[in-house]
Amino acid sequence: MSIGIKVKKGLDLHLEGAIGDTGAVTFKPTPTVAITPDDFVGLVPKMEVREGDAVLAGQPLFHDKVHENIKIVSPAAGTVKAVERGERRKILRVVVEPAEDFSASVTIETEGVLSSPEKARDMLLRSGLWAMMTQRPYATIPDPDAEIRDIFVSGFDSAPLAAAPGLQRNDYATLEAGVKLLQLITKGKVYVSRRQADNIPDIKGAEMVNAAGPHPSGNPGTIIAAVKPVNKGETVICLDLPTLLRIGATALTGKTQGTTIVALTGSELKQPKIASTLIGAEMKALLSGDIKEDNRHHRIISGNVLTGIATPIDGYLHLPYRQVTVIPEGDDVDEFMGWASLSPAKMSMSPSFPGHFLRRKLFRPDARLQGGRRAMIMSGEYDKVMPLDILPEYLIKAILARDIDRMEQLGIYEVAPEDFALAEYADTSKLELQKIVREGLDYLRKELE
Amino acid sequence: MKALKKLLDKARPTFEPGGKLHAFRSVFDGFDTFLFTPRETSRSGVHIHDSMDSKRTMIIVIAALLPCLLFGMYNTGYQHWLATGASEFPFWSLMLYGFLAVLPRIVVSYVVGLGIEFTVAQWRREEIQEGFLVTGILIPMICPIETPLWMIAVATAFSVIFVKEVFGGTGYNIFNVALVTRAFLFFAYPAKMSGDSVFVAHNPILGLGDKVADGFTGATPLGQIATSGAASHTQLLSSMTTIANEPVTTWDMFLGLIPGSFGETSTLCILIGALMLLATGIASWRIILSVFAGGAVMALVANIFATPTYPASFLSVGDQLCLGGFAFAAVFMAPDPVTSCRTNAGKYIYGFLTGVIAILIRTYNNGYPEGAMLAVLLMNALAPLIDYCVVEANVRRRMRRSRA
Repeated sequence: MSIGIKVKKGLDLHLEGAIGDTGAVTFKPTPTVAITPDDFVGLVPKMEVREGDAVLAGQPLFHDKVHENIKIVSPAAGTVKAVERGERRKILRVVVEPAEDFSASVTIETEGVLSSPEKARDMLLRSGLWAMMTQRPYATIPDPDAEIRDIFVSGFDSAPLAAAPGLQRNDYATLEAGVKLLQLITKGKVYVSRRQADNIPDIKGAEMVNAAGPHPSGNPGTIIAAVKPVNKGETVICLDLPTLLRIGATALTGKTQGTTIVALTGSELKQPKIASTLIGAEMKALLSGDIKEDNRHHRIISGNVLTGIATPIDGYLHLPYRQVTVIPEGDDVDEFMGWASLSPAKMSMSPSFPGHFLRRKLFRPDARLQGGRRAMIMSGEYDKVMPLDILPEYLIKAILARDIDRMEQLGIYEVAPEDFALAEYADTSKLELQKIVREGLDYLRKELE
Repeated sequence: MKALKKLLDKARPTFEPGGKLHAFRSVFDGFDTFLFTPRETSRSGVHIHDSMDSKRTMIIVIAALLPCLLFGMYNTGYQHWLATGASEFPFWSLMLYGFLAVLPRIVVSYVVGLGIEFTVAQWRREEIQEGFLVTGILIPMICPIETPLWMIAVATAFSVIFVKEVFGGTGYNIFNVALVTRAFLFFAYPAKMSGDSVFVAHNPILGLGDKVADGFTGATPLGQIATSGAASHTQLLSSMTTIANEPVTTWDMFLGLIPGSFGETSTLCILIGALMLLATGIASWRIILSVFAGGAVMALVANIFATPTYPASFLSVGDQLCLGGFAFAAVFMAPDPVTSCRTNAGKYIYGFLTGVIAILIRTYNNGYPEGAMLAVLLMNALAPLIDYCVVEANVRRRMRRSRA
């Protein structure tokens, strides 16, 4: 059984710096790893370890203040080097220095996790994997007390420069175990999306969703909207394929997975490639010797160009730990009358730029806004790249007005900030749509919970 | 260019708070961002942005207006030469005459409008926005050439302040600013905005042209129809004459060699502009198409039930769409994204009704030979209501799904 989805409204950005011939994946060691509590939206961290403590891989570093059973675990065995705090003692990150044998791991109780819903849920919470999933509504980490209507696994990443899943033959049994476990915690189905190019076979127990079309065809929000939209009062869980693999592996072995496969991409890398490293690795270690030495300012993004987090070179890899993109920053460029430019190097959806017609051209955009912030002037721009049955302009206005009733009516429970990423890219008024949606979701959660 | 950038960077501290000229900071920023793309990079959300910005959007609209503007210059000269009874029409003299006739109007419109915008931007400590660039060129194009300069200044000031700035500036105006300027003139100074003699320039400029005889009349075809009392299509056609007393053909109306407001007479040039706007995706094809569709349907209905009480009902569909400001309003006024409908379904309804009402007013109200302006303004007021209905349909769909 499978469902077919064809995404029409969307956009594939053709950027320089895609991964070409993958070849062998090398492991990049890192002197320290860091877990950033802010990556887990909705979680208020409470420390379980102190600086100097020895930890094993899979040992909790901190948990959520409200739901104490939501644990965030150390990706590696070693010593807690620092608990970095910011204003009002907010925990910025927990830094762990991996030991020589960083894979030494605690054993997680796996007996019955593939048959008992409670044990399955406990395993996810205890192993830190729960917090690597998100829920709709609110786009936060899932509420452990909520009844889960369905679970959506995005089987591929359609974002710019993202790598293909790259599954091995023996991964499928692991995925099946993951699906079996997830099936226990929902009353509905476990949906797994896939695209034709990846040749992923049916996964036992899962409802396969065949998605086609440009980005955001890989986003869970797109799949949910097409399969079964989220109504008020319902909760669904979203996760990506690497997380499903980790869930399966932990269920089968009792060990947490501290390593991750990262696609190193972007126009400012000498050779884009796939690397393996520890979760939360240092950017410096991950990108050592890979960034072009051209004396220009670079923007290092943990994630993709649409939804990633700008990270300084001395920063760390952020959730979802699967991509790094390096692009020019652009704050060292003086462009004379850029708004009048007819240069084919300019990337745009507008036919007024010659580059629009160069279908095969790869672009090398920088991080500039390419214009000034304005009020919402043009209409219909967001709709062109949003495949959801949502009226984005009206939802954004309702959020800005903090009008809860209107937000609900216009479908705020169905969206996550990432669903607005392409619209934010396309917006000629350069509004910060993802930030607006994030603030709206946080406001709603605070008011209603 | 580097030298220019250096100069700007050197001048910047003077305009920063504490500097001697900090009262002009918005103006300085405006010029700086006009000359050099801002270096500001994204701080949240997406890391790359589309190269399209509102400056380019506005400039493309101005470029699309250029054919009409150039033709308007020629036609202004041409009508003046006709009115003076000339038999030769030297091209460059006509162009120069038209240019000199319209230049002061463009200057007044920009100086007044931008002056207010700069002041308000500085007062609000905001960057100068480019919305008035288009409005400023539209205003002289939709007014009769004989409109006194001081009237343009007063109307522009009224419109920019009370339609745009009090609501928050560019992107917040509830009515089309240029059209309100014209409506203000139309209702405040009706004698100067309609009638027989305002659409043709009367006086020589810098030695070009000649003085037009006293008592000269040069009514627009629509004005002639309204007072013709024609009882059939044939009578109607004979009632429309050019200034040289020759019958007006559909071809004349399409090319635009007839008296009328400065930039709106040539349907051909308007269509060239429309092509530019549609090819670049700036204007909504949904609106433009449905305005013409609405106008055609209404013109057809009027023509089927033609009656001597309303002579304009004898006009054919083609003539209706070519005459007066209809085409200009359909292409440059109705699709204004800020004041038109924002939902796709709403755009069809908005456009269609604009077309219908424009022809309706023109045909069945002899007092207002031009209905396009009023139609667009009326629909500007109704656009939020149409959008509301479309949004409610989306909401109801969601509620039904939620209950199911």
